[in-house]
Amino acid sequence: MISVKGLTKDFGDIKVLRGIDETILQGEKVVVIGPSGGGKSTFLRCLNLMEFPTSGEIWFENEDVSSYRKGHLLNAHRQRMGMVFQHFNLFPHLSVEENITLSPVTLKKASKKQALETAHRLLDRIGLIDKAKNYPATLSGGQKQRVAIVRALAMEPSVMLFDEPTSALDPEMVGEVLDLMKDLAHEGMTMVVVTHEMGFAREVGHRVLFMDEGVIVEQNKPEAFFNNPQSARLQDFLAKVV
Amino acid sequence: MVETVVRAVNNAFIAEDRWRLWLSGLEMTLLITFFALLMGLVVGLFVSVIRVSHDTLEKPNLTIRILNRIVSIYVSIVRGIPVIVQVLLWSFVILATSRNHLLIGSLAFGFNSGAYVSEVFRGGILSIDKGQTEAGRSLGLGYVQTMIKIILPQAIKNCLPAFGNEFISLLKETSVASVGAITELTHVANIIRGRTFDPGPLFFVATIYLILVLFLEFLVKKMEKKLSKSDRRVKPIKRKGLRSN
Ligand SMILES: Nc1ncnc2c1ncn2[C@@H]1O[C@H](COP(=O)(O)OP(=O)(O)OP(=O)(O)O)[C@@H](O)[C@H]1O
Ligand SMILES: [Mg+2]
Repeated sequence: MISVKGLTKDFGDIKVLRGIDETILQGEKVVVIGPSGGGKSTFLRCLNLMEFPTSGEIWFENEDVSSYRKGHLLNAHRQRMGMVFQHFNLFPHLSVEENITLSPVTLKKASKKQALETAHRLLDRIGLIDKAKNYPATLSGGQKQRVAIVRALAMEPSVMLFDEPTSALDPEMVGEVLDLMKDLAHEGMTMVVVTHEMGFAREVGHRVLFMDEGVIVEQNKPEAFFNNPQSARLQDFLAKVV
Repeated sequence: MVETVVRAVNNAFIAEDRWRLWLSGLEMTLLITFFALLMGLVVGLFVSVIRVSHDTLEKPNLTIRILNRIVSIYVSIVRGIPVIVQVLLWSFVILATSRNHLLIGSLAFGFNSGAYVSEVFRGGILSIDKGQTEAGRSLGLGYVQTMIKIILPQAIKNCLPAFGNEFISLLKETSVASVGAITELTHVANIIRGRTFDPGPLFFVATIYLILVLFLEFLVKKMEKKLSKSDRRVKPIKRKGLRSN
């Protein structure tokens, strides 16, 4: 579904990604871990072209999207990839339901009425239907992140990208967000998740990638990845975080 | 003492129905302020969006680059020329053929205000968290759509108190219009002073400005309080019925 070939990304003189080759299959759950500054976010942001690759190819369903820079093609590509951020980034001036309907309605993906129905269905599903008319500031962190997830789902993306979705949450709220992500996973959504939640990686991940200094140093099925790390760098890293 | 005050009030307001003059001057001042602010807001929004787009887009296109150049020149002109000279230019050169005081005053001060408002807006836009743009763009919205639906509503709301203050500044600044022979409040007061030969009208005009400004400042404070609360609420279902917050 997604195929990345020789992807590099520089910010000025800093080489953040130094050649990534990776294929992600339909329905696959890929978890990315690694030390801070290793390029995990940048990798994710290149996939939906929030950052433009310096070189390399990004194939998405038989289409090389890596050269898209603006306009319809770029925006259409981003619609196919939902993104969830560490800090939720809900729109504070819009109610919860308006947060969800803004994009589908503005992009004429659905009528206002259809979009509202979808929003209410999604909110019902995450148990927040009674918050539909609330503003984000009245929600807890966990509720905000769950709304942010369904806001992305309302665009009916075929891939969901998560960049440390639980890192900004109080510990007692991490569970509700991970549960929603697990639900999504079981429904067959293709997911790429940057996280420090090793439990989630073991339970949900099909593959775990270890990124450091702009390359994928090592990857494996969760079992082998955690129990039998090969490279010294990964062994080090796991020793520190577990 | 009391007698002096009574005489001054009489001379300034009652004799020869001068209160009519006062009222027309006050009306002119308020209308010029209102229309100048309106123009300032429109021009300021336009200018700030162009400047921000130019500064934040990775590769601004030719149209934006040209517009940016034009608005930069505009801002330099407004900032570089004393207001009083600007008013004289509008009144006796640019619009010399017109004697529509409201039009001249509104254009002169609106033109001036636009440059200052644009700076306020620019700060407002830049103060919105980058995550907001990212969220909008990641949902597939274009740059302009993100600007209109996500950034500007928040920026404008944050700037509302500053616009209130701009209204207050403008109200005072329009007194400069008197040099352009525009019959606003200060001009009227000065005319009446010339007839009564006492300082009464100047005290009165000072008091009128002061009261207006204090009242407006009170409104701005109230608005600030209300805005700081406004995101912590539930969307009101209808205008009528229970009040939110
Ligand atoms: N827009 C940018 N401009 C310049 N440098 C950047 C930019 N974005 C990221 N970087 C740099 O790229 C490097 C990798 O950043 P990235 O955010 O991808 O790492 P990360 O693995 O996600 O780290 P973290 O775990 O801290 O989120 C960092 O050194 C960062 O400073
Ligand atoms: Mg990161």
